[in-house]
Amino acid sequence: MPGKPRLRRGVRLTFDRTRDTHVLLFPEGVLMPNATAAAVLELCDGSSDVGEIAEKLRARFRGVRDQDVADVLARLETRRVVEWT
Amino acid sequence: MNDVTVEPPLGMLAELTHRCPLHCPYCSNPLELAAKRDELTTAEWLDVLDAARDLGVLQVHMSGGEPLLRPDLPELVTRAADLGCYVNLVTSGLGLTAARLADLVDRGLAHVQLSVQAADATRADQIAGAKAHSRKIDAAAVVREAGLPLSVNVVLHRANHDQVAALIDLAERMGADRLELANTQYYGWALRNRAALMPTPEQLAAAEPIVRAATERLRGRMEIVYVVADYYERFPKPCMYGWGARQLTVAPNGDVLPCPAASVITTLPVENVRTRPLREIWYDSVSFGAFRGEGWMRDPCRTCDRRALDYGGCRCQAFMLTGDAAATDPVCSRSPQRPVVDAILAAQPEADVPDFVMRAPTVARAEPSRTQTRAGSR
Repeated sequence: MPGKPRLRRGVRLTFDRTRDTHVLLFPEGVLMPNATAAAVLELCDGSSDVGEIAEKLRARFRGVRDQDVADVLARLETRRVVEWT
Repeated sequence: MNDVTVEPPLGMLAELTHRCPLHCPYCSNPLELAAKRDELTTAEWLDVLDAARDLGVLQVHMSGGEPLLRPDLPELVTRAADLGCYVNLVTSGLGLTAARLADLVDRGLAHVQLSVQAADATRADQIAGAKAHSRKIDAAAVVREAGLPLSVNVVLHRANHDQVAALIDLAERMGADRLELANTQYYGWALRNRAALMPTPEQLAAAEPIVRAATERLRGRMEIVYVVADYYERFPKPCMYGWGARQLTVAPNGDVLPCPAASVITTLPVENVRTRPLREIWYDSVSFGAFRGEGWMRDPCRTCDRRALDYGGCRCQAFMLTGDAAATDPVCSRSPQRPVVDAILAAQPEADVPDFVMRAPTVARAEPSRTQTRAGSR
């Protein structure tokens, strides 16, 4: 993986009480990430790499592999939600 | 009523005013603009924002006209942002100083969408009917210095379509994250100028490879969204992702519309926030229910394998071109009324294109009529 992921400029992750779900707000629209993606996104601070994010997730969830995190991030990059520092 | 599960709206277009310093011939706002005296007050807009968020709205597009002409814009941005909405400013850039933007950013503004009329000042100012281009360049710099994401929006038409490459370069120099190159949609004032605005097949053919190459070259740096003129397409656009499905528009006078152009459908009983709560309008009104789901569809839409992709196209276009808002969008090649669109394209003049009728009132200038003539005869 090329580095440390962070939310792209202009992308905000927040919790919507109307729909009882995390939402990603960005210029082009709104995405509703699933629980896994939301957990990953909350750790995308621009200073942790994939291994460190996976490590933190393993403290909360069983059986998280680095590759799982990388796959989620690749999908989010395609949707222009995350970028790599 | 249709038997449809209605989801909460995601976005609201808040048209704060119809007043605008530009006079673009492609303006999609209605022929009859809301007067300043009929505009919602600050207190009314604050209530609309509260009601919209309560209803589920997550994105608020502050638009117009020129939203910067409303002195209460900062207050409205504060409210929308405090409610947890993503706040987008859709602006001509005129009046967007560093100080005003810094204040709006402090209040929670997230994104700016800046209109550009052409790639060079001479042509851009002719199309805008105002000396605006250089001020837009300044506005873009102000947005970048504030650290906000910037989208540049260009409405394409016959008088600027040859500039697609230069427009992409300009957006890149402006530091845009996103460039929307969208051909004119023929609503409101733009319909009046259709013959002057409609691009030629040659222009569309020349632009396509340029846009494709630039999209590839700029991938990851600047996203390019390119929308061709739908009259030339085989299938209609998925207008608003379905009627009353995701978005609502509140006009300057408080009229609530399922799409920004819907006031052209004169058979639609339009509701207003001054007389009915926003929640009721979204869930229970005749106007929002009129074309929700698929129950309203007739042949060929009713049984079409594309009906979940394009929702029958645009209701406003169907109404304007066929007189029936429930007809298949006539740009669709499967519509029995496609010949209406073909006839319009066949009647397009190859030379002697009519002059633009500029959106009035134009600013007093030395030679306004000469300027208009040259803009329209490119």
